[in-house]
Amino acid sequence: MTETAVGTATGTPRLMEGSEAIAEAMVVAGCRFFAGYPMTPFTEILESMAEKLPPLGGVCMNAESELEAIGMAWGAAATGTRTATGSTGQGLALMQESLAELTLARIPMLVINMARSQADYFQATRGGHGDSRRIVLAPMDVSEAVELTQLGFHLADLYRNPVMVYGDYYIAHTYESVVVERRDFGPLPAKDWALDGSSGGTGAAKLLSPLGDYKQRDDVGYDLADYYARVEVELTAMETDFAPMAETGFVEDAEVVVVAFGTPGKFVRYCVTELRAEGAKVGFVRPISLYPFPTEVLREAVRTARAVAVYENSAGQMIDDVRLALLGTVPVEFIGGLTMDSSAFGVGPDLQVPIIKQRIVDACRSAGYELGEGF
Amino acid sequence: MLEFENRRIVDTSRPPEVPVKLVDDFTPELIDVGAHHLCPGCGEPIAMRLVMEVLAEQELKNRALAVFGIGCYTAFSNNLDCEVVQALHGRAPSVATGAKRADPNLVTFTVQGDGDMVNEGLQEVLHAAARGEQITCVLLNNGVFGETGGHMTATTTIGQRTKNTLEGRNTDDHGHPIRIASLIAELEGAAFVARGAVNNAGNVARTKRMVERAIEVQLLGIGFTFVEILTMCPTGWFVETEEAPAYLDDTIGVANSPGVLRDIAPDSQSSSSTTIS
Ligand SMILES: Cc1ncc(C[n+]2csc(CCOP(=O)(O)OP(=O)(O)O)c2C)c(N)n1
Ligand code: SF4
Ligand SMILES: [Mg+2]
Repeated sequence: MTETAVGTATGTPRLMEGSEAIAEAMVVAGCRFFAGYPMTPFTEILESMAEKLPPLGGVCMNAESELEAIGMAWGAAATGTRTATGSTGQGLALMQESLAELTLARIPMLVINMARSQADYFQATRGGHGDSRRIVLAPMDVSEAVELTQLGFHLADLYRNPVMVYGDYYIAHTYESVVVERRDFGPLPAKDWALDGSSGGTGAAKLLSPLGDYKQRDDVGYDLADYYARVEVELTAMETDFAPMAETGFVEDAEVVVVAFGTPGKFVRYCVTELRAEGAKVGFVRPISLYPFPTEVLREAVRTARAVAVYENSAGQMIDDVRLALLGTVPVEFIGGLTMDSSAFGVGPDLQVPIIKQRIVDACRSAGYELGEGF
Repeated sequence: MLEFENRRIVDTSRPPEVPVKLVDDFTPELIDVGAHHLCPGCGEPIAMRLVMEVLAEQELKNRALAVFGIGCYTAFSNNLDCEVVQALHGRAPSVATGAKRADPNLVTFTVQGDGDMVNEGLQEVLHAAARGEQITCVLLNNGVFGETGGHMTATTTIGQRTKNTLEGRNTDDHGHPIRIASLIAELEGAAFVARGAVNNAGNVARTKRMVERAIEVQLLGIGFTFVEILTMCPTGWFVETEEAPAYLDDTIGVANSPGVLRDIAPDSQSSSSTTIS
């Protein structure tokens, strides 16, 4: 009934806070360089990496700002080291220039965005100048975050491009019983582009540059038009090769399909499951890769639906991608809400099962689907 | 020779009467193509050349990593026979930090301008110095954003005319310049700090010794190393090519006199943190 592209791990579970579990997942995935600047709810990941990496011979840098955190990650990743950085909201905004140009420099790394709410969706999926694109993975809980963190490193190395994991306040601070063990996602190309100084003096010294790899000795200067076109081909190949990830449930005969990602996606899944048990023909789609967006999965999932409802812990950002995916074939209604708590740390007052259930019921009624007594 | 307002100008509307011919190739070992794309009279290729000569002479070419900022000197980032990471404007010290920490065998140096280092990325170089990162930052200081067309930077001296200080920089409107090498020489994490220039043969030779020393000290692993090199920018200064070396002495050269500002290496000739400036 529910389909997810993320496998399940075996082994001994341990009770861990989400931040520590993500840090542990990075370490078992072979990450040996991390740089960051404190900001809730990203801070605990930085703390955890500062504790875990040095004993393993790795490096964790307390950067002077997010600008330098991603700069340090840039340099470390250029040596072929598995590298990650991260932040949230404002801090991620400071990283956007480098994030965009890392795509052009073709330097892989993992960027953990522990967002305060879901209002980082636009800057996660569309942030930065120019035509850069990157895979964005959004786990719904700690165990999925452990999986997607490891998968993120793999995809970054596979496509030589940064990958972002979109976490949130709940995942960062929830204790869950999880298994963290190294996952093998298959072979990766050799990092023959990585720098260690040794190609100097050979007449073919390596160059890693967002301006391209053209050398003047080959009688060409930097040719941005040509280089950007080449990167575009790589990004399109990435998007063709990578199958967008999503979980769906109860969509075969659903009158109304609810779309939500991340922690709210797990809440929506629970609410839809309860409503089904109560007799309402509702289903859900939970995008796991926010970019590339699971357009085909969504189109397939709404075949019987008279309406689509989108729940987000923001004023509504992913809803644009839902509408683009469906191209007006099904009406799309927003049933989410802003993050309104005074801390603004992402705990929306509406993120409660009775409230979400009621909004789904209301969405059914406004779509003309009569639920009958008891709702 | 054509004249314009009593000044000689070169007629570029037709090929020269005497065709250009290669007399000799002076290209140093680690620079791929000697015919650079920077302006005639620019100081940056001279500075670039002496840095690359030092790496070749110290036999470090197969463990060196250059991290470039963004400015006119970026034209050299794809013209070296040494490994290069091109960084964004202002970001070279953090990129160099990450590379060196991840692979301590690398001899890592940045190539940055005053706009790049002292304007856009000032906190990068200060924190890298304070942390004692084992990298060498090379500043090519011409007192302007050459690349954008000769605009004021944080190192432009008082009175100096630039595209956006047409009447000359004044302290009321534009504040005071930053003497970056002097600032860095105050930081405990810095092991070697020097300021040179390339506007005459003597200065070129002295500056090359400073770069040699900076790399030696980097190899000792005792802290951050820094060489500021004052370079000519006739185009951005709007002066004749042959006037540029003297103009350097009269502007950025006055406020930033050459010398070794700090050397805490045990074998140092001078006593620790001597300030000659
Ligand atoms: C973030 C950002 N801001 C502005 C620029 C535009 N820009 C390119 S080069 C440059 C000035 C470079 O000055 P400097 O480092 O002194 O080098 P010079 O050209 O004088 O050698 C500027 C402002 C840029 N590339 N990136
Ligand atoms: S503008 Fe100035 S710094 Fe740039 S190449 Fe010309 S002379 Fe050199
Ligand atoms: Mg300059």
